[in-house]
Amino acid sequence: MAEPILSIKGLNKSFGPVHVLHDVDFNVYPGEVTALVGDNGAGKSTLVKCIAGINGIDSGTITWEGREVSISDPRAAAALGIEFVYQDLALADNLDITQNMFLGREIHRFGLLADGEMERKAREVLASLAVRTVSSVRQVVANLSGGQRQTVAIAKAVLWNSRVVFLDEPTAALGVAQTRQVLDLVRRLADQGLGVVLISHNMNDVMEVSDRVAVLYLGRLAAEVFAKDSSTTQIVELMTAGRSGSLGLAPQTAAESI
Amino acid sequence: MTEHTTPDPAGPEVTTAKAPGGGSNAVAEPGEAGVAEALSLGRASSFSLDVELRSVGQGLRDYVNKVRGGEPGALPSVLGLIVLGVIFSQVSSQFLSKSNIGNLPGQGAYIAIIALGLVFVLLLGEIDLSAGTAGGLCAAFAAQAIASGGLRGGIPGSSSLFYILVAVMVLALALGLWMKNYIGMALIVMGLVIVLFKLDQHVFAALLFTIGLGAAIGVITGFLVAKVGIPSFIVTLAMFIAWQGVILFALNNQPISIGNFKLWYKLGHENMSVLWSWVFGAVVGGGYLLFTLYRSFRAQQRKLAADSYGLVLVRGGIVLAASLVITYFANQNRNSNPNFEIKGIPWAASVPIALMILCTLVLTKTTWGRHLFATGGNSEAARRAGIDVVHVKVSAFIACSSFGALGGLFLTTSQNSASLDLGSSNVLLFSVAAAVIGGTSLFGGRGKARDAIMGALVIVIIPNGILLRPNLPAAYQQVITGGVLLLAAAVDALSRRRSRAT
Repeated sequence: MAEPILSIKGLNKSFGPVHVLHDVDFNVYPGEVTALVGDNGAGKSTLVKCIAGINGIDSGTITWEGREVSISDPRAAAALGIEFVYQDLALADNLDITQNMFLGREIHRFGLLADGEMERKAREVLASLAVRTVSSVRQVVANLSGGQRQTVAIAKAVLWNSRVVFLDEPTAALGVAQTRQVLDLVRRLADQGLGVVLISHNMNDVMEVSDRVAVLYLGRLAAEVFAKDSSTTQIVELMTAGRSGSLGLAPQTAAESI
Repeated sequence: MTEHTTPDPAGPEVTTAKAPGGGSNAVAEPGEAGVAEALSLGRASSFSLDVELRSVGQGLRDYVNKVRGGEPGALPSVLGLIVLGVIFSQVSSQFLSKSNIGNLPGQGAYIAIIALGLVFVLLLGEIDLSAGTAGGLCAAFAAQAIASGGLRGGIPGSSSLFYILVAVMVLALALGLWMKNYIGMALIVMGLVIVLFKLDQHVFAALLFTIGLGAAIGVITGFLVAKVGIPSFIVTLAMFIAWQGVILFALNNQPISIGNFKLWYKLGHENMSVLWSWVFGAVVGGGYLLFTLYRSFRAQQRKLAADSYGLVLVRGGIVLAASLVITYFANQNRNSNPNFEIKGIPWAASVPIALMILCTLVLTKTTWGRHLFATGGNSEAARRAGIDVVHVKVSAFIACSSFGALGGLFLTTSQNSASLDLGSSNVLLFSVAAAVIGGTSLFGGRGKARDAIMGALVIVIIPNGILLRPNLPAAYQQVITGGVLLLAAAVDALSRRRSRAT
């Protein structure tokens, strides 16, 4: 099995007296979709924010391509090649697709915006992701459907040769057909060699698209399993009780409340 | 379980898309019929719309669709101009006379220029109520400087005002340094140098000084809004009120006539020479044509979405012809007095037009402009994209106040004097109205520099037309202006609802 590109070991995080993450280990492998699941309050968001550099970590190590790194702010994460697509997408409605994809990292020619160049690159990226749902990269984002917006947000994240992409509930607000499109896109990202982390509540999506599933239970990593070796029931048990058969936390750990 | 085993329908597409270096793979997509079908389904494949070369007909259709889809652009203001023009030409035969139309720029330039500055702030969804009085204040200081031989020599009636002025500018400079706003700082330094070296007794330097002072006011406004976090409505309302008092201090309660300050007076009353008028008209119209041609050429070369040469030539030709026709009429003598001639494009028209072109380029072709739109559309998205939102906001307020100062100069020349109520009463509200009538949204994120000019034309035509009929009470003026503004705002709201519905 390939080496993880991003590896978290023994991560602890407290907010005041509340110990939110206990010795969490979490790995992201290139070319694979790793689902990060857990009930509300399990610590998914906190873990992601620690990796994004939004929250500092109390103890533990973050290893990127085999060497230990410290991610002190969001820019450090971006510099490594880690991108995040948050649930609210952060797109400017009044700008078009190209302008949104290059927002904050515009390309210049003679000191002025090189719109043609950006348009070309935006199309290249969307084409390389085999996106067929966008008729023009000059469309204003306000006119796009939820699935198209998600697509644009994801394309924006992979535009900069990123290696790992975190997707926070990418299908939460989408209908059936659009969910399909986004899941296909998620799969293609992994097929192109990116490490993809899918944060989701939707077990169907998780089982369908992911290779590994990491389950968080009350701030601990209950288990990391292969999606093809496990069932939805097992994962739901891990999420809600912290253990399932031989998998998961030791009974006394699982019973322990935070 | 996973999709590894199932054949991915998009699989081959990935490889083909990469090979020819983007672009060209899309050419093979279905033509017009496919596009229409795909559009109606809400999904066209592989950017089929992007490779289309827009013909004249297509351009027209797109425009109609845009208007129907809730983006009326300049249409309401153009229609408003035509309707008002027709009405007023019935009210008075004088209205369409050359001399009357030649007077319009002098009467409305200040509205256009203040509105241009306001567009920056309105794009952010903020407002600057103080732009008018700030402009009046700057002009009042300039008038006092010229009249009393430099502000450093002492402002009549107040021994400490000069030091307060310098202290405020130094404070603004320090704030600018802290917020890393270098263009604003450069303008303030220019103003400080002029005032400290007593250059402000010369008219030209005094006019430049107003821009530096405007920038200083903008830095302070921007600081209070973006850094401290007071709503811009309150900050600028407070300043709107306060500046009216400071104007009285600056003028020492005595209006100053600027009739003798030649250069300043000329701004509102003189015209470019016939030759320069032709040059100006040709450069503006021809420049637009050449620029759009070049853009189309480059886009076609790279197989990007482009307007066909036909469309570009028709559109650019109309603009060029219009600017040449206007120049031609402007170059006719419009004085009824046979003893001397008045001809040429008024400076009060060419300065706002040149500024409009500058603002358009800044808004559409620079990173700062792009970030301004992004911040106005979704400031959280802008922040996450790494844009320094505070910097963008502060610089927008600097631009607004600097344009306000320039507008204040034109306001002064249109009144021939720096009066005690310079820039107060309706000046600011007319300017906001101009921007809104032109199509700039008060909610931020939507607007153009062009809007300010079109809206200002509408605003200035109303009093002009009504005053031509002496037996028509001037009271109509306000009622009609209010009605037009309401109409424009209604068009904005309705089109907004429409564009949300589609």
